[in-house]
Amino acid sequence: MTLTLKNVSVTTEKDGVILDNISFEFKPGRIYILIGRTTSGKTSLMRAIAGLLPIDSGQITMNGEDFEDKPIWERDVAVVYQQFINYPNKSVLQNVEFPLLRKGLKKSEAREVALASINKVGLGDYLDRKPAQLSGGQQQRVALARSLSRQSHIMLLDEPLMNLDYKLREQLRVEFKEIFNAQKDAVTIYATTEPPEALILGAEILVMHEGRIIQYGSPTEVYEQPQSTTVARVISDPPMSILPVSISAGEIRFGDGYSQPIPAKMKNFKEGHYQVGIRANDIVIAKSGGEKGTISLVEVSGSETLVYVDTPAGEVVLQMEGIHDVKVGESISIELPGNRLFLFETNGALCVSPDSAGE
Amino acid sequence: MYKVLKATFITIWSLFVLFPIMWAITTSFKPESAVVNGATFIPFLEYQPSLIGWKAILPGPDSLTNLLTPTLNSFIVTAGATAISLIFGSLAAYGLSRFTYGWKNYSNADIIFFFVSQRIMPPVVLAIPFFLLLKELKLLDTHLGLILVLTSGLMPIVVWLMVDFFNALPREIDEMAMLEGCNPIQAFFRTILPLSKPGLTVAGMFCVIFGWNDIFFALTLTATKVLTLPVAVIALNGTVTPYWILAASTVFSIIPLVGLAFVIERFLSRGNLGGAVR
Repeated sequence: MTLTLKNVSVTTEKDGVILDNISFEFKPGRIYILIGRTTSGKTSLMRAIAGLLPIDSGQITMNGEDFEDKPIWERDVAVVYQQFINYPNKSVLQNVEFPLLRKGLKKSEAREVALASINKVGLGDYLDRKPAQLSGGQQQRVALARSLSRQSHIMLLDEPLMNLDYKLREQLRVEFKEIFNAQKDAVTIYATTEPPEALILGAEILVMHEGRIIQYGSPTEVYEQPQSTTVARVISDPPMSILPVSISAGEIRFGDGYSQPIPAKMKNFKEGHYQVGIRANDIVIAKSGGEKGTISLVEVSGSETLVYVDTPAGEVVLQMEGIHDVKVGESISIELPGNRLFLFETNGALCVSPDSAGE
Repeated sequence: MYKVLKATFITIWSLFVLFPIMWAITTSFKPESAVVNGATFIPFLEYQPSLIGWKAILPGPDSLTNLLTPTLNSFIVTAGATAISLIFGSLAAYGLSRFTYGWKNYSNADIIFFFVSQRIMPPVVLAIPFFLLLKELKLLDTHLGLILVLTSGLMPIVVWLMVDFFNALPREIDEMAMLEGCNPIQAFFRTILPLSKPGLTVAGMFCVIFGWNDIFFALTLTATKVLTLPVAVIALNGTVTPYWILAASTVFSIIPLVGLAFVIERFLSRGNLGGAVR
């Protein structure tokens, strides 16, 4: 079951261009992660596939069969929204059975499949409860069980872990991986704003920005070779620091200030203006020299400390393991190790990344 | 202090509101002597309660008029009009809530206003047109005729109330139902309608109250065969009918509504939407 999108575009009066000429082929048995900021068009793309958002131009086909003429209820698309939707008047069991019965399963079969699915998400003890009697996490599990039990050919999950607490997220992420991998014949599309989620699920990544797919590849590929500053920002958490630099006379100069010898990989580039990106965990505090700046924000999360530093060249985010006693307003010197720098054109396109093949 | 004031006010107001009803109830149990010789208040002390008023309106040897047949007529007409209004009204309201209709500059809001506008006109304006219409259709003095006319007045109320109610139900529920294999009609009947009990109850209650109490159309569009309860009560002319019989008949005619109020009160809880969308 291959799902093909050809030049799909959607424009609305209210929001302007929502999807901008999207073409992509989703192959069965694979998991695709849509990653992007909140308004990048992930949800719209899913709604277009499901038929909830009419497309202006382009074509969506399933195994060559045009989706256009198929009403929503015949498309057999399973969806999990970030707000969990359950039928409030039905019990857990009835909620899960409902789509199965609609699909034409016999009562006894539907019950069997529903029970298996409910047990899989660990709600076997709550069969007769109404959604309102369950906790948020349990409600989302009901929604999941409902969608997963359908064995649809297309599974769409729109930030399904968004509203859950941290521990449950971790647990469900692992379960997702197993569940998705078991669906050999289905196209699974999973939207998220959180880069770690994309990396953990180990699927193929589609980076979306302003209604377009701007990069596609394996997680390592996208992580190590972000094709533009936009991708780099989206895929890195905490976001990558991006600073304007100029290259001249064998040196790389940050803004107007601090300069360091040009790293080997960048030697072949013409002199001129560029941007560099560096991940937060690659920046170190300088023992001497380095770029000076003032600390503007400190976030301590227990296992790590995030320090936001205002430097003459721009804001830099620095991630340190453990808890560090740094205070807002203090000045600090940081070092940007040359071998960890990404070099981008001023228009944002990638020139070279630390993990690019050597010279 | 505030509490005392509040309690006092509520008590006085309740007495004010309940007094006429209480007066009607007590009068319906008074014998002739207790009514015509000045006001009496305390039963057993000032007067001996009697059933003569009640015996006059129910079938039996002392019957003056039989209100049971008009009650049945009222019941048929009210139930029929309410059922039709609820079924078609809620379908219309669902469509208006979920889909966009339009023609030139007119949109859903205008359609809703069209429905509500049916109730702006005073019924008297409609009396002659309806009379001629029913005459042509040979529906004068029939249950069906009166049901249709009442429906034209009740359905706008249902549409108006239910559009708001459906707008408050998350659209995601319909979407989910459609994604799970329901066409819009099935989505409505299988998922939305079961959630709409409180709304339907309120709308239905309005229909029953207006339908049951309608006197104007019942008076103008029926003659003898479909005599409804309000018409029958009015027919007990105050100049020739003793007060205790009048009192018994009014009390008799409000009993069904009061009973209904107690029955549906428990459907009015709003709590059944929990857990739909979080």
